[in-house]
Amino acid sequence: MTQPMMAVPAGAPRPWARGLTVLAGLVAALAVAAMAGPRYGALLLIGFGLGIALEGLRFGFTGPWRRMILFRDPSGLVAQMVCIAIVALVAFPLLTANGAELTGAHAPIGFAMVGGAFVFGACMQIVLGCGSGTLVNAGSGNLVSAVALPFFAIGSFAGAYHLSWWTDLGTLPVAVLSGTSGLAVTLAGLAAVAVVAMILAAPGKRTVPGRLWLAALVIAGLAVLHIVVAGQPWGVVYGLGLWVAKGATTLGADLSGSAFWAAPGNVERLEQSLLTDVTSLTDLGLIAGAALAAWWRDGLSAPAKGLSIRGWAAIVMAGLLLGYSSRLAFGCNVGAFFSGVSTGSLHGWAWFAAAFAGSFVGIRLRPVLGLEDRR
Amino acid sequence: MTRLPVVIVLLLAVAGLVALDVVISVPLDPYGAPPLLALGSGEAASGAHCAALPGN
Repeated sequence: MTQPMMAVPAGAPRPWARGLTVLAGLVAALAVAAMAGPRYGALLLIGFGLGIALEGLRFGFTGPWRRMILFRDPSGLVAQMVCIAIVALVAFPLLTANGAELTGAHAPIGFAMVGGAFVFGACMQIVLGCGSGTLVNAGSGNLVSAVALPFFAIGSFAGAYHLSWWTDLGTLPVAVLSGTSGLAVTLAGLAAVAVVAMILAAPGKRTVPGRLWLAALVIAGLAVLHIVVAGQPWGVVYGLGLWVAKGATTLGADLSGSAFWAAPGNVERLEQSLLTDVTSLTDLGLIAGAALAAWWRDGLSAPAKGLSIRGWAAIVMAGLLLGYSSRLAFGCNVGAFFSGVSTGSLHGWAWFAAAFAGSFVGIRLRPVLGLEDRR
Repeated sequence: MTRLPVVIVLLLAVAGLVALDVVISVPLDPYGAPPLLALGSGEAASGAHCAALPGN
């Protein structure tokens, strides 16, 4: 009896349907390019590719940190360090040589920044989704992330609204590693984290699967392409807050009381279309790309799991806090950690330390909030 | 319930958001848009980012 080479799950699309959906993605990017400009079409396509890679290759941030903390499985964390290192290897010389055209994800360390990262780390473990993870999980049909997403966006808007008040509590000057020495320090830091994770690993868990190596390469390539196309690194949460801010102004809200939303650059963004906003385009692409990858895998036939009332209340609150805290922290796992570290910003390192500490708290809170059984 | 209806509702919501945005925003102008690549364009990056300070 012959066995098929690869079992195709019931409901998964046939090859011609997969081809059609890829074509639909390309047509959407071309349509945006024709309507708004070629850069914007390219950014939608980059987001689309990131969504497919993150969902299709199961590359993430929250899950790997959880597996490291609970099971001493360092594979995902090491893959993150490799991915960031690849981006840094290209981004540092690019930024140094083209400072007039390209900019990094540079922000200051401060009390609110560190506190925001800690809260974000806790909440991303409660929701089981970070900035990119919530978008990708929602796009792949995860009901919890789909419910958390609008509250994440509302929180992002509110956090940006109050950002000046928080930064006034105490903020250091922006500190950036640059040039060859800066790159060397960054790579040494990433290697140190990977080595420590490997030392702490449980026996038999020191192998990084092939799909994670591939994911690190693909995502790093797309992140570098993002810098080349947009002139700035990949980010997530600004776009989410902008969606709510645009909705609020459409409904008649006056945002002039916020130093952030009343700043000239943000007023311009509020007037212009989301189809010309860098982070909005990649966010939209992430959702669509993840949906496509999940559909390819199993036809979206997996059950959408629900929660108790207490669990849903926790998800709503954590979603709001994810958005709010990510603004105080000058980004999420993508804008602050991934893009900050890979372009030399020390706030990316502070974000990583604080968010990882917060993840310990978030993991312990999940059973208390009724989101999983007590261990 | 499977994940399919969740994705359908989400994608419809996103499509609605984009459609509404196009209606209420300044009309798109592909001819005044920046070049495809920021690198080599001679122009400073002007997009908004999560790491940007208030007022920037």
